[in-house]
Amino acid sequence: MSTNGMTSWAVDLKDVGAIYPFQGSETILVILGLVFWVGWHIWQIRHESAELESERNRATPERARTFIDRY
Amino acid sequence: MGDNISALNVIFTEFYYWMTVVIMFFIHVGFVLYEVGASRRKNHMHTLMKNTMAIPLVTVTFYLFGWWIYSAFINGPGIVEGGIAAAEFAKPWSPLMATHLSGPSEALGVSAADAALWHRLNGVFWAAFALFSITTASIISGAIIERARVGAFWIIAVLIGSVMWIIDASWGWHPLGWMVKLLGYHDAYAAGVVHAIAGGAALAVLIVLGPRLGKFRADGTPRDIPPHNPWLVAIGLFLIYTGFWGFYAACNVPIISPATIAGQITGDTWTTTNIYLTPTSLSAITFNFLMSLSGGLMAGYVISKGNAFWTYSLGLCGVIAGSAGNDLYHPLQAMLIGAIVPCIAYKLHHWVERRFKIDDAVGAVAVHGYGGFLSVVVAGFMLWGQPSSPYEGYAAINPLGSFIGAVIMFALGFIPAYIVAKILNGADLLRVPREVELVGLDFANNEAYEAAVADVNAAERAMVR
Repeated sequence: MSTNGMTSWAVDLKDVGAIYPFQGSETILVILGLVFWVGWHIWQIRHESAELESERNRATPERARTFIDRY
Repeated sequence: MGDNISALNVIFTEFYYWMTVVIMFFIHVGFVLYEVGASRRKNHMHTLMKNTMAIPLVTVTFYLFGWWIYSAFINGPGIVEGGIAAAEFAKPWSPLMATHLSGPSEALGVSAADAALWHRLNGVFWAAFALFSITTASIISGAIIERARVGAFWIIAVLIGSVMWIIDASWGWHPLGWMVKLLGYHDAYAAGVVHAIAGGAALAVLIVLGPRLGKFRADGTPRDIPPHNPWLVAIGLFLIYTGFWGFYAACNVPIISPATIAGQITGDTWTTTNIYLTPTSLSAITFNFLMSLSGGLMAGYVISKGNAFWTYSLGLCGVIAGSAGNDLYHPLQAMLIGAIVPCIAYKLHHWVERRFKIDDAVGAVAVHGYGGFLSVVVAGFMLWGQPSSPYEGYAAINPLGSFIGAVIMFALGFIPAYIVAKILNGADLLRVPREVELVGLDFANNEAYEAAVADVNAAERAMVR
């Protein structure tokens, strides 16, 4: 058993193609990649919104002046 | 050199490794920027010089004995048959460790075969390995900033950078290493060989050294000691990423014929290989380097809730997470491994910090130690059953061999570093005095700087009419 089908390198390399493990799972990998990417955006936007909302609730004119002066 | 194709191959290979050395230097520029950025203003010069002087010290000792250890210790010695292997070309008194052309130097003991193989490649191979050595030492440097004595660090840097890591490389990162033969150990881009051993050593030194003053509150909860200059930290980590392109390329053999691999691979197709002489390509590792880096950055951003220091660090951890198997992974596999492992390393860092009061100033144990360890373990599963070598009789890559290998790597850093740190601590040589730590380790520079500023200001004021 071998995760990429190769059990020996005593072969002619001109006859060897893909050598990554779990060949045949490319579609699943692409789906996982898409889920990871889209999921990242969803998490990021939610997190950013929560942070901005939290900061808005803390806002006072005095606090704003302090940060403006800090440049 | 037999013919022009052979000559071109040798000269191309020589230039290839030379380029990797130049690119790898960015790793050390990055480490220095990163450490100085992470330290407080009162410790800048101390932090700078601590890391910088590791470069010449490891380089010189790697010339004197490190390079020889790599080829001589492939059998243990004493773990498998063969004892100390002959490595005449790597002894510091060998004419091949100096300017030498392709003919033999019979009067000096250099055979025609050794000269033909090593005359142009010895220096660039040695230099590439020396850069790996300095990287290994530098990883420890960051963890112990702001309270370790430089003299102690430099001794530990030589121990790990020029002795221990190169023993583990000889065992598990050499085409004839006993760990490859017996365990099927596979670690193409040095996740265990460089990173896990350095992380293990850093953890050992941190245990003996103790945390920075003020790191933990009276109730034992940790305080954040923020970097004084986050920009420098970010640029430093970017430069470390940049240097890692050279690190990855240096782990490959750029072009080799099947005949050179003792005819084990049949046919006439030349190939790029990893350090074990099994086929891969520069294109494959380029895919996987960027995808594992991206996985680490994206997951690091989420797990640290956008903390810049940890996002950058976990990006690097993503690369390390894929490093054991990035010669063979699919890019999306590299991305997912590069995303998952850094999250575990991040959680482990904070758990160890709270539970054992370990003050790792730059997260080196997490990023390199846990990241490197897990990288090797994951590769054991992902590459299960694949040949670890083109040679017959070697164990196939497998989870148990990889796990044992990862433990060996971590322990080869941890145990010697712990013993030496204990000895240094017993002699009161490991940590600066409490009073000096509070004032800052740049006490002499700071006083000299202020005196110089006062002097020149007074001189210029006197000139104003």
